[in-house]
Amino acid sequence: MLGLNQRDTKFLLIVIALTLFTPILLQPFPADSGLAQFNAGYPDLMQRFAIFGIFAIGFNILFGLTGYLSFGHAAFLGVGSYSTVWMFKLLNYNVLPGLVLAIIVSGLFALLIGYVSLRRSGIYFSILTLAFAQMSFNLAYSVLTPITNGETGLQVYNDDPQILMGENGITTTHFFGLKMNASHIMDVGPWQFTFNFGYYFCAVIAILAFYLSLRIFRSPFGMMLRAVKSNQQRMNYTGLSSRPYTLAAFVISGMYAGLAGGLLASMDPLAGAERMQWTASGEVVLMTILGGAGTMMGPILGAGFIKYFENIFSKINDQVLHGWFAFLPDGLENALVWLLHPFVGKGWHLTLGILFMLVVVFLPGGLVELGQRIRNMFRKKPKADNDGSHKPQQTPHVAE
Amino acid sequence: MSKLLTTRRSVLRTGAAAGAGLAMPTIFTASSVAAFTNDPTGSSVTLGFNVPQSGPYADEGADELRAYELAVEHLNGGGDGGMMNTFSSKVLDGTGILGKKVEYVTGDTQTKSDAARASARSMIEKDGAVMITGGSSSGVAIAVQGLCQEAGVIFMAGLTHSNDTTGKDKKANGFRHFFNGYMSAAALAPVLAARYGTDRTAYHLTADYTWGWTQEESIAAATEALGWNTVEKVRTPLASTDFSSYIAPVLNSGADVLVLNHYGGNMVNSLTNAVQFGLREKVVNGKNFEIVVPLYSRLMARGAGANVKGIFGSTNWHWSLTDEGSQAFVRSFGTKYGFPPSQAAHTVYCQTLLYADAVQRAGSFNPCAVAEALEGYDFDGLGNGPTHYRAGDHQCFKDVLVVKGKENPENEFDLLEIVEITPRAQVEYAVDHPMFAGGDLGSCNGGA
Repeated sequence: MLGLNQRDTKFLLIVIALTLFTPILLQPFPADSGLAQFNAGYPDLMQRFAIFGIFAIGFNILFGLTGYLSFGHAAFLGVGSYSTVWMFKLLNYNVLPGLVLAIIVSGLFALLIGYVSLRRSGIYFSILTLAFAQMSFNLAYSVLTPITNGETGLQVYNDDPQILMGENGITTTHFFGLKMNASHIMDVGPWQFTFNFGYYFCAVIAILAFYLSLRIFRSPFGMMLRAVKSNQQRMNYTGLSSRPYTLAAFVISGMYAGLAGGLLASMDPLAGAERMQWTASGEVVLMTILGGAGTMMGPILGAGFIKYFENIFSKINDQVLHGWFAFLPDGLENALVWLLHPFVGKGWHLTLGILFMLVVVFLPGGLVELGQRIRNMFRKKPKADNDGSHKPQQTPHVAE
Repeated sequence: MSKLLTTRRSVLRTGAAAGAGLAMPTIFTASSVAAFTNDPTGSSVTLGFNVPQSGPYADEGADELRAYELAVEHLNGGGDGGMMNTFSSKVLDGTGILGKKVEYVTGDTQTKSDAARASARSMIEKDGAVMITGGSSSGVAIAVQGLCQEAGVIFMAGLTHSNDTTGKDKKANGFRHFFNGYMSAAALAPVLAARYGTDRTAYHLTADYTWGWTQEESIAAATEALGWNTVEKVRTPLASTDFSSYIAPVLNSGADVLVLNHYGGNMVNSLTNAVQFGLREKVVNGKNFEIVVPLYSRLMARGAGANVKGIFGSTNWHWSLTDEGSQAFVRSFGTKYGFPPSQAAHTVYCQTLLYADAVQRAGSFNPCAVAEALEGYDFDGLGNGPTHYRAGDHQCFKDVLVVKGKENPENEFDLLEIVEITPRAQVEYAVDHPMFAGGDLGSCNGGA
């Protein structure tokens, strides 16, 4: 279906099902239970899963296929957000013009940065992109304040022109009248599920983005990008110029990032300069590596993993810990809270760092590799011709 | 694209799938019926404390969190009641708010607008917080205030000193107890003129964001009105840690006063640099060179150590105040944590109490009812003397303290001495004052 072979179609259908049932899957604990703390099925976080999924999918087109490690992808995210908020300020709260502009502007911006940066490869390329991103961040922060509103962040004011906004126009972001913050709350026994329009909007776009990326991975163009990764020099010697291919990949990847930035602003109409800081660029690299670079599903898993930690673990405070261990004797309770304290709340970075280390050391293929290993454990495997590491490993299917 | 073969059948199938996908979300647009966002229906009510636990203002955030916990304890009837006993309104009785036990959730703003909004959104959407409070940076406070306006919950601003919070970025759902740059300038300028004379030339170093800009503007305007000159205004990035390169040009500029529009870690570093360059021993234009830090806090004074001695500034509140309210607060904070509270702790404690009191008086958690109860409210006994919550811009008006780094501190907390308590009348301004113009309060939003 849709120009995919049977295996990819199945894969796409699984992804679609997972995305559509996210509000249920992420809400495994009843609302009143002590474990409700770990539920992640609320609109803001689900939107972030989808949006950063798009960001990571786009980054993976560049990094996973060509091996070019961009350390400045957050710049496109920021540019996308600013474009979208400007559309809100000038036209009205409909997200469509904003998203279109975000993709166009970030594409042009990527063309500019890519044209310069792609003259170098390896570490020099990474440093160049990092430099451009930091430059954008600093410009947005100070010199370009009239456009970006500096550190406060660009937001929509009541006295903005909003020329398409009628007398009783909608005052929150919407898609032709369907409000992004509209939610339907469904109570099923003790469980509470929130179905939010904003999330489904992001999810549908994420599925389209995923499909497009799947097609790119399978296309001759994708094959050419893989060739760049495996041996660019050899490719050049055969008389092929790889520059147009890498530049195209860079621009596509930048447009994905711009789209993600636009969506971020569509869900929450504010664009802050920190979105372009190098830590944000580093985050998408972490997401991709954590999930598994070069695989289809990996970056999405990585994005979800990091956002989950950022939003759930950072909110566990001592009060919550005391609540969990209240059944223990006082001395033991305090000792346990003291022991766990550095790893939760503001210490979530520490927990994430440790997990990232463990993944990189023990699962070089990221979370996707973990999934494969678990699946292999339950599978009967023919052991006969297995002679350890003495033969080249079979390349895993890219859809895994 | 390898297989972009289209047949009639596949086009139809794709179209149908896309159509179904687009139609799907419309099923979910009906929102559940409630009078306002997060109406607390159970036996408890949840408040969201959104403070920086990392980043340049983490010290202030930690102290704010302590004060919030103390306030919740007092509201639920624990501890000694603190300022609830001295507060002029007596509707709070230690049984929570409207009989509901107060619970809270915390989040880390990371001193970034984006992270702060994400954290606030999760408090509203996941934890059902009916009020968000906090912020230790004006940029963050303004961003979160905007979010609360959209979401339909009350925002009780914490430590935010920019004119914009209740100026061009003011919102109907946002309220500020803390003072602002204009008030600092109005209180400080006459004191400076009296000590240093009216014939002075000032040089500004300013943190490059909304708070720095508005404070610089306010101080320059207030001092120039008294005869001072402003020779140069230099913006420094918020993330700077070394200010030597900004200090050196001051020496050759002909200025005889350096105004440091810095806060937190920035101020500690810039002041230390300035003292190391020997600015305070210099004699320029026949006058001693002076340094001024318009917004002071005890946490900053502690960071800068002996360098703050004799330096003037302003503050919202100081623990050495001897009125009944301040003493009650210092006593209960000190009993619980073992040291006196900072001005950040004081303002957030007051905000929590003010919110609880407003709900109690309004008889409802509805943001619109709460806002109405707070607007134009006069109260006393919270450490700042008689205070007024102005309806026009949701800014509190109260006396401002002008302080000076103490020459001979008796202990590690005794770092500032109060020079003058500037009366409220001297720091008041019109709602449409040019420095606060351009904003629009809008109308209150109860969500739903």
